[in-house]
Amino acid sequence: MNIVVCIKQVPDTTDVKINPETNTLIREGVASIINPFDAYALEEAVRLKEKFGGTVSVMSMGPPQAEASLRDAVALGADDAYLLSDRAFAGSDTLATSYTLAAGVRKLGGVDVILMGRQAIDGDTGQTGPSTAENLGCPQLTDIRKIESVEADGSIVLQRVLEEGYVRIKVKPPVVITVVKEINEPRLPSLRGKMNAKKKEIVTWTAADLEVDSKRLGLTGSPTQVVKIFTPPKPSGGTIFEGSVTENVKDLIAELKAAGVILGAGKGE
Amino acid sequence: MSSSIKVILDKCIGCGLCVRACPFAAVTLVDKKAVINENCTFCGACVDACKKYQAIVITRLTFEAHDLSAYKGIAVFAEHRNGKLASVVPEIIGAGMSLKASLNVPLTAVLVGANVKPIAGELLEYGVDEVWMRDDQAIGDFAEDVQTDVVYRILREKKPEIFLGGGTIMGRSLLPRVASRTRTGLTADCTELEIDPDTRFLKQTRPAFGGNIMATILCQNHRPQMATVRHKVMKAAPKTGNKGGKIVDMNHIPVPEPGYEVLEFVEEKSDTVNIVEADFIVSGGRGVKDPKNFALLQELAREIGAALGASRAAVDSGWIPYSHQVGQTGKTVNPKIYIACGISGAIQHLAGMKSSDIIIAINSDRTAPIFDVAHFGIVGDLFEVVPEIIKRIKG
Ligand SMILES: Cc1cc2nc3c(=O)[nH]c(=O)nc-3n(C[C@H](O)[C@H](O)[C@H](O)COP(=O)(O)OP(=O)(O)OC[C@H]3O[C@@H](n4cnc5c(N)ncnc54)[C@H](O)[C@@H]3O)c2cc1C
Ligand SMILES: Nc1ncnc2c1ncn2[C@@H]1O[C@H](COP(=O)(O)O)[C@@H](O)[C@H]1O
Repeated sequence: MNIVVCIKQVPDTTDVKINPETNTLIREGVASIINPFDAYALEEAVRLKEKFGGTVSVMSMGPPQAEASLRDAVALGADDAYLLSDRAFAGSDTLATSYTLAAGVRKLGGVDVILMGRQAIDGDTGQTGPSTAENLGCPQLTDIRKIESVEADGSIVLQRVLEEGYVRIKVKPPVVITVVKEINEPRLPSLRGKMNAKKKEIVTWTAADLEVDSKRLGLTGSPTQVVKIFTPPKPSGGTIFEGSVTENVKDLIAELKAAGVILGAGKGE
Repeated sequence: MSSSIKVILDKCIGCGLCVRACPFAAVTLVDKKAVINENCTFCGACVDACKKYQAIVITRLTFEAHDLSAYKGIAVFAEHRNGKLASVVPEIIGAGMSLKASLNVPLTAVLVGANVKPIAGELLEYGVDEVWMRDDQAIGDFAEDVQTDVVYRILREKKPEIFLGGGTIMGRSLLPRVASRTRTGLTADCTELEIDPDTRFLKQTRPAFGGNIMATILCQNHRPQMATVRHKVMKAAPKTGNKGGKIVDMNHIPVPEPGYEVLEFVEEKSDTVNIVEADFIVSGGRGVKDPKNFALLQELAREIGAALGASRAAVDSGWIPYSHQVGQTGKTVNPKIYIACGISGAIQHLAGMKSSDIIIAINSDRTAPIFDVAHFGIVGDLFEVVPEIIKRIKG
């Protein structure tokens, strides 16, 4: 089974702080990591390979420094790494990103499964997976929490999370699968993996290497434009009770009542 | 030729305002002049910051404009399963109503499925002007790919200028695919929608970076303008009865073969309500200290009819299943009341619950960041405070 995992390099948001003067994110010194959901996708790919053979390739579209995340992915068990990097890709929204990723997957060829994260933690859109599937002309199954089995004919049986339960689905590759955290517990990089990562050649493809229409790339190929970025208004400090337990609870319930809320009134609804 | 951003060196005084304004760390100062690197997404924050000197210029080369005048009206995706409308649908209809008031166009629901006529009737009661309905035995509830194709064809024929769906698991999978096939833009998980009355553009505002920043997004040259809408943010349309709305049969739209086989649906009834839907949530973190102690939170939850939530620390400790996790890598919730017990309020946790109507925090550490977002907070030991609350409620 040949698998491509699409990984995105994102800022490690534990470190993200807001500059109180300018109200913007402080990004200096913020480490970059593999998007956490993509780490689960990668782990699942490596497990599938261990069971069924084949190769695991990782692919990322991004600036040259995204190479570091691809190396991390090699350390975690990916066989090959591909970086789609070109000034022409800058400013891509999810439509242009998925068009570009799909072109990369097509160039790679012979891919059975494309694994992706449920969403990226910087953009939080979750649109790239379905949109990549559309560009590849194959089905997508999002929010997968378990790959149950791979049948003799190559069909994959998996579980898709829904709001009120889950559905079991059988699908024939090629297919795009996006995963939720529940699917596995990612491993730590092995020593051998780390050694591999150091010397691995990261293949870089520019727009010229892909079969793409330049009008559909980057900002030019992005129908959505961010016209404004702002920080959400800060909450204006609440009422904090610091007295004795009984007082605190009494005061809280009185304040809630004043705000029109009676705890317990909604019981049994 | 692609879009470009340029610093006019003569005008740049090296003040660094742009560096600080950039959310993507794409601007640096080199020899007291702004230099823009690959991180740039052309968002324009630096251009705004440099209003005074006008030293940064963006040339946006976007999609060629299409004939947009052919597109009229607002449509919403009427997601449903097992004969029941998804609870987000009245909310999107509510959002659609206010947009309709600004645009003065009809509001329509797109409904595809098997035996969906009763649902069409319900949609009319919510006050939509039309229901574009494709009712066919072959359209399964879980055959999202089939529904995608039918929805795409309906939109292609009917040409609404705006198409909205719920930010549900299905909505966030079906709409991207429809948008991609149509080659139009889609904005995920919006919390605010507004019409620019001059241009008729839909101003779509959404949180990004785990809620740390808000972004307003436009789709100027493509139609429909598409968005998914976050659950429990928009005010639901009330059921006021059908006031002359009508069902339009779209039976000529072909139903394709499904691309995969749905084996079974397994309903998961937990003893707690689905936290995404819940109006009240009692949530526990590392401060709960032991899985057994969740019984105390469970008791409070029962008293107020709440669902049980948790921080990642509690989930990672194995005290409660992942399905209860609130936050950036868990669920985004939007209840009327969120009671955080022994949760410090890390930014990733806040990302999932910050927009709750009322946040009540119980924490022994007065400096815990959860108190910065709490509307009400009690500084104290949750093992004393929670039983006291239960006692009071029980009266
Ligand atoms: C990429 C990424 C994604 C993440 N996603 C999520 C996510 O989705 N959701 C999430 O929750 N976290 C997430 N986290 C983790 C997050 O950063 C925090 O580690 C986590 O939220 C902390 O959980 P906590 O508040 O329960 O624990 P702690 O931070 O340990 O806080 C425990 C709190 O309990 C208080 N306390 C202790 N004893 C008592 C007592 N007896 N009475 C009252 N108060 C008491 C303490 O004062 C303290 O404030 C993520 C992290 C990363 C890096
Ligand atoms: N630039 C990118 N390069 C590689 N994969 C990406 C990129 N952007 C998004 N993805 C993949 O798409 C998923 C969803 O991202 P998003 O739609 O941005 O929330 C991520 O979890 C990744 O698997």
